[in-house]
Amino acid sequence: MSTNNKISLTQAQRESLWPINVKFLYTIAIAIILLIIFPVFNPQAFHIHLMIMIFLYATMSQSWNVIAGFSGQISLGHVIFFGIGGYTSSFLFIQYGISPWFGMFIGVIFSVIVAVIIGIPILRLSGHYFAIATLLIGFSFQTIFQRWDLVGAASGIWIPLKWENEWFNLQFHDSKVPYYYIFLIFFISIYLFTWILYRSKIGFKLRAVRDDPQAALSLGISVSKYKIIAFAISAGMMSPMGSLFSQYILVIDPDRMFNFEISIIILLIVVMGGIGNVWGPLLGTSLLIPLSEYSRIYFGGTGGSIDLIVYGLLIMLICIFKPSGLISLIPNKIMRQNKI
Amino acid sequence: MTIEIIIQAIVSGLLMGCIYALIAAGLSLIFGLMGIVNFAHGEHLMLSMFFSFWLWKLLGLDPIFSLPIVLSILAISGILTHYFLIRFILKATMLVQICATFGLSIFLRSFAQFLWTPDFRNIQKPLIEGRIEILGIFIGQPQLFASFVCLVAFLFLYLFVTKTETGLALQATAQDYKAAETLGINSNKMFALGWAIGLSCVGIAGSMMSNYYFIFPEVGINFALYAFVAVALGGFGSIVGSLIAGLIVGLVESLGGLLIDPSYKLIYIFIIYIVIVIYRPQGLFGK
Repeated sequence: MSTNNKISLTQAQRESLWPINVKFLYTIAIAIILLIIFPVFNPQAFHIHLMIMIFLYATMSQSWNVIAGFSGQISLGHVIFFGIGGYTSSFLFIQYGISPWFGMFIGVIFSVIVAVIIGIPILRLSGHYFAIATLLIGFSFQTIFQRWDLVGAASGIWIPLKWENEWFNLQFHDSKVPYYYIFLIFFISIYLFTWILYRSKIGFKLRAVRDDPQAALSLGISVSKYKIIAFAISAGMMSPMGSLFSQYILVIDPDRMFNFEISIIILLIVVMGGIGNVWGPLLGTSLLIPLSEYSRIYFGGTGGSIDLIVYGLLIMLICIFKPSGLISLIPNKIMRQNKI
Repeated sequence: MTIEIIIQAIVSGLLMGCIYALIAAGLSLIFGLMGIVNFAHGEHLMLSMFFSFWLWKLLGLDPIFSLPIVLSILAISGILTHYFLIRFILKATMLVQICATFGLSIFLRSFAQFLWTPDFRNIQKPLIEGRIEILGIFIGQPQLFASFVCLVAFLFLYLFVTKTETGLALQATAQDYKAAETLGINSNKMFALGWAIGLSCVGIAGSMMSNYYFIFPEVGINFALYAFVAVALGGFGSIVGSLIAGLIVGLVESLGGLLIDPSYKLIYIFIIYIVIVIYRPQGLFGK
């Protein structure tokens, strides 16, 4: 009897936590297959680059979505984890010849440690106070790295080119296709991870903390603990992207790796797509990143900043007319039916 | 390091602090009124500096004479900001409020970059330039004049908010806008007025700074950061608090720069911010 009870309870739990629509899974599977065979059609290098940028920003904005959308803290300095990841893997590679794959792993550990260290004091702050603190942290990190001679100070370091052991050194000079697949794998696995996280107990607790911290506290959920967990997870997701990106462009400097604009763009992407929803960042990225890459082609990359003008306008319009993001344009009924 | 250098640093810190204080007062006023942090505050400062620059460049008006014009432009842009953006997000979640003003800041900054390129400019041969020497301490005349104007503006702001009827209505709206509405105060107009006054403060600060500071599209970011810290330090919504907090920020910046290393000044400011918001979240003068 008692075992029966237990089983039925776990089944009920599983059902409420894991509602999956088979049709939706097929759609995702087809999308993934299309992405895998995309390079076979021999697209232009620019299109491969565009896809890489989409994977990069989709993953980074998902990481921001975890802290802002799931736990409700708006970080305006999230780029620091990108920078830490990039600097760690590149520095270890340049100084000690350690494979960037391993460096990426170390970078994740560093990022998580930094997230916990800065998270303990500042995650106690709420709302505007937290946002301003993260803004200051972002700029402080950039300042520190600009002055740190060991890592090349303001001019940064070039990652030495290696022609052998391409996979070990994570450098590909002949084509962008290997980068494409690496970014794709990271993109898929981080989305899968977030999707699971969103439906896991931690995900539910995080959303409880976001929606009503007082009520969550009264249910025995430690608000500060879960906020720190969310911050650490988010940092750990952001960091490998920095490592991969520095291997992709093969140079690290504080203005690129700690660029304030990255923090802004991932925020815009998530708010535009739909915050707190796993698919929101993907929707936002697929709209904004092509917009910025194409505007760079047509208007030139320097000075113009047409893309940011459009971003700024769009974000204000979204805030006024569709505060819950473009994903809310999909009718509720379809969302529920497909259980996305 | 002689005593003169330290006094020199204190004086220049206080002079800069007056400007931070006025910028922070505008931010604090808006926040106190409707609970919205204007993340585009630095960009409004940048705009006012550019307006002063163009009035000088195209019409030959010195920033001292163009001050009323710049102030009015900023006041109008404050009203426009309220009617076209803030009005719609008053009841939205905090995330949306942050994103909306942040979006405005990105828009203004990149638009300025698009129109005027990221070049550094400055006003050459303004009416007030050079420096004076008092007891071996050098004070830049434009800085001195700017702080003087800022303090006068501060005095007017304080008198306006505490002594006039409109100012009291503004305070009433800040305390409870629904209650104020039952007393016949049009809260929407008060919010617009708050934005107009808040941005006028920035207009004055920017116009005075254009006398001696470089003018470029990203100039606002650092000043806005200092203003955020000053507002948190003084207590969100407290005008007197933001004056004292602005002076403290100015002092920390210049003394920290002198005694430790000037390139880390943002980090000293950050440390004060963290300590204050953790141990005294209501700020030094908040309720």
